[in-house]
Amino acid sequence: MTTLLHEASLKRQTVFDMLFRNLTRLAAFAVLALLAAIIGSLIVGSMPAINAFGFSFLTSSAWNPVTDEYGALIPIIGTLVTSGIALLIAIPVSFGIAIFLTELSPRWLRRPLGIAVELLAGIPSIIYGMWGLFIFAPLFADHVEPWLNDHIGPLPLLGPFFSGPPMGIGMLTAGIILAIMVIPFIASVMRDVFDVVPTMLKESAYGLGATTWEVMWNVVLPYTKIGVVGGIMLGLGRALGETMAVTFVIGNAHELHKSLLMPGNSISSALANEFTEAVGDLYTSSLIELGLILFFITFVVLSLARLMLYRLAKGEGQGA
Amino acid sequence: MTAEQIISAPKLIVRDLNFYYGADRALKDINLVIPEKMVTAFIGPSGCGKSTLLRTFNRMYELYPKQRAEGEILLDGQNLLDKKQDLNNLRAKIGMVFQKPTPFPMSIYDNIAFGVKLYENLSKHDMDERIEWALKKAALWTEVKDKLKQSGTGLSGGQQQRLCIARAIAVKPQVLLLDEPTSALDPISTAHIEKLIDELKKDFTIVIVTHNMQQAARVSDFTAYMYLGDLIEFGDTSTVFTNPKRKETEDYITGRFG
Amino acid sequence: MLDLYTRRRIFNALSLGISVLAMLFGLFWLGWILWTLLEHGLPGLGAHVFTQTTPAPGSSGGLINAIFGSVMMTSVAVLIGTPIGILAGTYLAEFGQRGWLAPLTRFINDILLSAPSIVIGLFVYEVYVVKVGHFAGWGGALALSIIVIPVVIRTTENMLRLIPNSLREAAAAIGAPQWKIITFVTLRAARAGILTGILLAIARISGETAPLLFTSLNNQFWSSDMNQPMANLPVVIFQFAMSPYEDWHSLAWAGALLITLSVLTLNIVARVMFRQKSNSQ
Repeated sequence: MTTLLHEASLKRQTVFDMLFRNLTRLAAFAVLALLAAIIGSLIVGSMPAINAFGFSFLTSSAWNPVTDEYGALIPIIGTLVTSGIALLIAIPVSFGIAIFLTELSPRWLRRPLGIAVELLAGIPSIIYGMWGLFIFAPLFADHVEPWLNDHIGPLPLLGPFFSGPPMGIGMLTAGIILAIMVIPFIASVMRDVFDVVPTMLKESAYGLGATTWEVMWNVVLPYTKIGVVGGIMLGLGRALGETMAVTFVIGNAHELHKSLLMPGNSISSALANEFTEAVGDLYTSSLIELGLILFFITFVVLSLARLMLYRLAKGEGQGA
Repeated sequence: MTAEQIISAPKLIVRDLNFYYGADRALKDINLVIPEKMVTAFIGPSGCGKSTLLRTFNRMYELYPKQRAEGEILLDGQNLLDKKQDLNNLRAKIGMVFQKPTPFPMSIYDNIAFGVKLYENLSKHDMDERIEWALKKAALWTEVKDKLKQSGTGLSGGQQQRLCIARAIAVKPQVLLLDEPTSALDPISTAHIEKLIDELKKDFTIVIVTHNMQQAARVSDFTAYMYLGDLIEFGDTSTVFTNPKRKETEDYITGRFG
Repeated sequence: MLDLYTRRRIFNALSLGISVLAMLFGLFWLGWILWTLLEHGLPGLGAHVFTQTTPAPGSSGGLINAIFGSVMMTSVAVLIGTPIGILAGTYLAEFGQRGWLAPLTRFINDILLSAPSIVIGLFVYEVYVVKVGHFAGWGGALALSIIVIPVVIRTTENMLRLIPNSLREAAAAIGAPQWKIITFVTLRAARAGILTGILLAIARISGETAPLLFTSLNNQFWSSDMNQPMANLPVVIFQFAMSPYEDWHSLAWAGALLITLSVLTLNIVARVMFRQKSNSQ
């Protein structure tokens, strides 16, 4: 037949194959380059602040544009505390939702409920922020915070955290809004992870006469604990970096209070509020260093989360 | 009487072939001759290596990182395991049909044209003719001639498999590998395909893997019985089925095995 | 004293009851937030929203420039991010069996998937806004595209992995070169799933506010120049909601309703589409 055409076309195909493979490899490589560029640009941007303050930036609670003195302590604490509150609320609720979705829900309801949870995750964070500021905070100030003041305020140890003027906005409100935001993330990871448990394992536990709760707590949870912790860390990663929902309700005050009812600041909300208005190199640079710290913390948390989820997925492959 | 003596016109000659999945040796020193324009069947219990052997003929295993073959497979005297052998060119010469129908996500027409376009520059008219030829060969033409623009995934299982056969023969290969082509089909579609195999051997050298002994007996001229990676017996089909030389073959064929 | 069996049963019923409550708790917020949006957003959602530009403080106006800006920047972000995402996802699924690049990229991509978007805003500010010397629509689009890429990579890889190997083998068996196998057969077979991923990516970025604050900023006037600061719904909502003016609040609610409706619609369409595809296979 047309041998010449054949040969030429074969050669061309080999070239195309190589081009195509290298094109996709380049795109994959671009992801790594992107990460390196992000880290690099943040480090370059924060050099002035790093040179000026060194490690004391991390421990200083100063934040004074007039005297050009900055420290990251207050936003770091605000970020950690609000995320901590969010997890305290979100973990048990997400666990409950995941149990309901995997074990209790009637089959026909499973899909719509799963979608509803995912829709909750899809609502943009600015909506949570607005809703928190205009709807949730006033109700919280009128009905919940006075009650906290009256009933938990007088307690020893716990008391100081829950006493203060009922303003509605503050660390506690931010933490609660964050909790509502991360519940769907954690719940859907937990549900996916629970689905990994072999049916036979569950059936053999049910076969021994175990109740649903006992199967979940004694069989499913131990089997999936790495994945569950991974899902929680994933939620934590989201909470730490969340900006808009927090910015609306945290109060944006560079103040350190024992009370969770008082306003505070988080890294992301400090950036959102001050960055475009920051005057002077040191001010801008300090804000960028805040961003670098935030990126570092979330990077570590998300890496741990992924490693745990990978380990679960791998274990599943070996078991099969 | 050895197999080599029976066969006057060898198409494929397999010499000292070994195959590895990582560290596992799945084929052990296979020596075999596939005759031209005849049907050769590989039979044996599952896991015996019959599909593995088939997949060395078009080096399909190279899609997977940890699989490798050692030895020689000669196609008309050329070693096709030679690294210098162009893989795509080889696969154009050796067509393959799989266990489950694998229509591409495109129209019936394009399913067949896809392979042809890879190696030939045909005019619209010639392409139409080629497609009609292939579909007629695959005994599918009358069923699909009015819906060539419809998606290939919309056909029934048996039709899909015949479409895959048409796709394979449209590139005019010399050898056709069939890997349990009817295991996912109903009895009527199976009968269609068996009749088709009989027709196709006029033009192509056919190698078929099947777990169905009756099928091997019905369609093949030569039969190879394999067990645990070894080629136990090879000969013309009637001898293997009526008068096997080896005790293991007899046990398997009479059903006293496994 | 109750016997052990009864105690176990009561405990079981109790804990399962709590799990039902948890489910209701989750749905409760979804319902409440949607209700609030409808209650406050619908009254403000008149024709003026789509015909007038954003108003000066205290006066009335609409959101058309912000809607336009959002659509522009989202489109450009998708146009930049999708090809890169599909190519990289293809690498991970089709060529990634050996070597270090694929596992590392997969890991880093999964982290970028949930990285704080405000940091991406900072990054684009550093490498783009500072260099050109002013805020601009291109910067916003660039920041959004960085959010699109990981989403598209993840779904492309997942969808390609769902394609059975037998289809790749069948294409290889007629001698197709790898680039043709991938572009004509596997990517085509996965196209509904990949499209789903793109829709989800659009849903994800259409509400993103933080990365736009330092990149495109905002613009009170109509502007289609991507080299100028560009109005966009999320930042307008943020500024208007934080303001003391009633008119602005009402526009912010209308904008919030618009964004939420489009995000939810995109999510549902994507899911329905993917489901139809998986059923037909």
